[in-house]
Amino acid sequence: MRLNFGMIKRSKSPIPGFGLTMGFTIFYLSIIVLIPIVALFGEAFSMGFDEFIRATTNDRVVASYKLTFLTSLIAALINTFFGLIVAWCLVRYTFWGKRVFDAIVDLPFALPTAVSGIALTTLYSHQGWFGQILEPLGFKIVFTPTGITIALIFIGLPFVVRTLQPAFEELEVEQEEASASLGATRWQTFYKVILPTVFPALLTGFALSFARALGEYGSVVFIAGNMPMKTEISTLLIITKLEQYDYAGATAIAVVMLLISFVMLLLINMLQRWSAKRKGMEAI
Amino acid sequence: MTIEIKNITKYFGNFIALNNINLNIVPGELLALLGPSGSGKTTLLRMIAGLETVEETDIGEILFNDVNVAHKKIDERDIGFVFQHYALFRHMTVFENIAFGLRVKPKKERPNNEEITQKVNKLLKLIQLDGFASRFPWQLSGGQRQRVALARALAVEPKVLLLDEPFGALDAKVRTDLRKWLKELQTQLGITTILVTHDQEEALEVADRIVVISHGKIEQVGTPQEVFHNPANEFVINFLGSVNLFHGRVEEEGRLNLSHSLDNDDTKFLIRPHELEMVSKSSADAILLATVKHIQLAGSQVKVELTHLDNEQKNILVEVSHYEFNDKNIQKGDVVGIRPRQLRTFEGGAGI
Amino acid sequence: MKTFNDAKSTQNESKWVQFLLIGTAVLFLLVMLVVPLITIFIEAFRKGVEAYFVSFNDEYVLQAIKLTFITAAIAVPLNLVFGVCASWAIAKYSFFGKSLLITLIDLPFAVSPVISGFVYVLLFGAQGWFGHWLIEHDVQIIFAVPGIVLATIFVTFPFVARELIPLMQEQGNDEEQAALLLGASGFQTFFKVTLPNIKWGLLYGVILCNARAMGEFGAVSVVSGHIQGVTNTMPLQVEILYNEYNFVAAFAVSTLLAILALFTLLLKYMLEWKVARDLAKLKTDE
Repeated sequence: MRLNFGMIKRSKSPIPGFGLTMGFTIFYLSIIVLIPIVALFGEAFSMGFDEFIRATTNDRVVASYKLTFLTSLIAALINTFFGLIVAWCLVRYTFWGKRVFDAIVDLPFALPTAVSGIALTTLYSHQGWFGQILEPLGFKIVFTPTGITIALIFIGLPFVVRTLQPAFEELEVEQEEASASLGATRWQTFYKVILPTVFPALLTGFALSFARALGEYGSVVFIAGNMPMKTEISTLLIITKLEQYDYAGATAIAVVMLLISFVMLLLINMLQRWSAKRKGMEAI
Repeated sequence: MTIEIKNITKYFGNFIALNNINLNIVPGELLALLGPSGSGKTTLLRMIAGLETVEETDIGEILFNDVNVAHKKIDERDIGFVFQHYALFRHMTVFENIAFGLRVKPKKERPNNEEITQKVNKLLKLIQLDGFASRFPWQLSGGQRQRVALARALAVEPKVLLLDEPFGALDAKVRTDLRKWLKELQTQLGITTILVTHDQEEALEVADRIVVISHGKIEQVGTPQEVFHNPANEFVINFLGSVNLFHGRVEEEGRLNLSHSLDNDDTKFLIRPHELEMVSKSSADAILLATVKHIQLAGSQVKVELTHLDNEQKNILVEVSHYEFNDKNIQKGDVVGIRPRQLRTFEGGAGI
Repeated sequence: MKTFNDAKSTQNESKWVQFLLIGTAVLFLLVMLVVPLITIFIEAFRKGVEAYFVSFNDEYVLQAIKLTFITAAIAVPLNLVFGVCASWAIAKYSFFGKSLLITLIDLPFAVSPVISGFVYVLLFGAQGWFGHWLIEHDVQIIFAVPGIVLATIFVTFPFVARELIPLMQEQGNDEEQAALLLGASGFQTFFKVTLPNIKWGLLYGVILCNARAMGEFGAVSVVSGHIQGVTNTMPLQVEILYNEYNFVAAFAVSTLLAILALFTLLLKYMLEWKVARDLAKLKTDE
């Protein structure tokens, strides 16, 4: 890969190594990321517009979009709610085992998705601890969208908690004291002063959790049952089409998902910049 | 509202922050709690506000209109609090900041939107920031923010206003302007106000009464006049304004011997710069001789720095009016005699 | 200005509200996270301790473990070098397109692992862009180890970079410039000045990278071909065992991965504190 470094304006930094580090960085990224993604879009274009539309809008595919989107959204919302509570408790209170719980929040991050997948499936299955309790009550979890949602809650939780913790930690006591001195109840202070302050972080956590859920595969594929039109998520559909050598079909779905990923990435970046700007305004 | 502080003692762990504080606050007055950092003045203020945790080891009562509020939380005390760093709500406009206290009132007491708008606008006018209603705190200067903080506290019509070093974070000019403005406002509104500051100039200029605090104890309570001209002890005179320290003895016939050597029998004499006079070195009234080192003419008074003739390390500061100074024709390097116009000692010695 | 943890604030919820919130939080974490974790170990030992160890006596399982380690052993160092280069370039210079570069580095976090694997199939698969060329030269990437390594690199390369970029940006260029003025070469400066400063962040990034590299499932699943004993990593082997209803073995292998995860969490926790402390020290030095 030859690149003209004259095009990349750099400050006259006396520190050597720009050529080397930048060169390797761009080389690496090109091979690992850029070329493959270009290939994906290239493949999509070579299909032709009509075929592309057909591949992305047939019933089975659309059903998978709906399922993926809905379960991801619900999981992200639930994570936002509980994640808020968890983050608040971890920052504000001391209780027995707090350090352990704090570390455990990252478990979905560290555990391979396949492992979480089979663990959750076993847990909620007919003979599983939770399944035994829930199924007689009429709640069938495995092989239903509910099961998918639970798996997505599992893998998305760390995002909300870890984004909110620093935001809560940086709150200034005086804001709460001022609010109380003006007669606000504790709930009013939380709702009108604290929550608006951490709102960018909350939104960022939600977006991260949502984006992650959209693309999830391993932890979902065991508990879902993967019945077309019912519990088949989009990522699984890509793999299924691949196994059937329907490259075109797989590509079409992949492109749609990738575009959504780009949009999410952009959104998250903007949210993070908004958070940073808010922080900057405080430091006046 | 009358406020009475009775026998308040507060501990932070083993550290005594406030040691048996007793204080009666006069309704409508502007009282300054004056002291160096760590003296306990902010702790006292925050205890009055209800912002300090009450430990089991803490003793005493705080009476608002004869009712002990020591265990009442801050939102039940009907006070207004202004923080040193304003603590404005960043995500709200100036209008919403000021309206906050009104909006969070329980439903029964809450004014409707029109009333709130009226009130807020009136306050904006009072703080001379009408037109700023839709600005955000980060768009305001320090002085403007502090005024908004004040308006916000006043909006709920508290019975007492508490200010925690409100001008500490501002530039000197803004500080002087704002404290004049605060004094006028307070007089106009007549609201009991307690102000914490470490700036003695500020306290002297603004307060009706000053409470001088050091190491958790009250050193003196009095009007600015009393505290400055009749300081109760060494700490007070040292803290308010500059002062010269001499060691010496009163000898026979009332003559004063201010030798520079420190002897345990010697008495400490504390004399303010404007209470010293420069006379001719041969004058019989002079109690010591000194060399003029530096003359500062810029200022409302002339400040002359001298050193003791027999001891270069001992500095003496004299303040005279320009008229007096011009009459005497003193220059740098001259040796002059120093004569006290007034003497003060706190170890039982009499004033001359 | 004081934060909650600096001051002992009077601003707090009533005791029963605290109790309720803590209860909810703990219950949620127990149900959603802890119980599934425990399940792994319980299921692994369901048929007794002997059955557990027998699971590892299998050739395929051993090969899978071996492949997992080999993949990590290749992917992590490469990503380490990349991470250092990228953060060096980003932290020490200003150039056009820097934020685009940073966004690009974040890409694998937003992209589904399945798509990450899929794009390599498109490139290097039999029908792929380079398919013919590879077949002619008898090189196999997809459905072989190289493909697995490639896919693993894709999903894990951001970890080291993301740790180092803010750290190096915060540290600034002063020390490096001082070293250069004293006559050190670029490499000397890096090893003697920069590296000691970033060592905790580096270690942290490497640990996360490794955990993900060993545990990646989705991306590797697409490129692997699932050929037992050849192209199966541990997570893939778990899947196969599970689908064959060999639950004990599936969970037995899972326990290894779970232990790795817990170990990662422990190291992460310990290092987090160190990295935060380093960053805080820098900020107060300003």
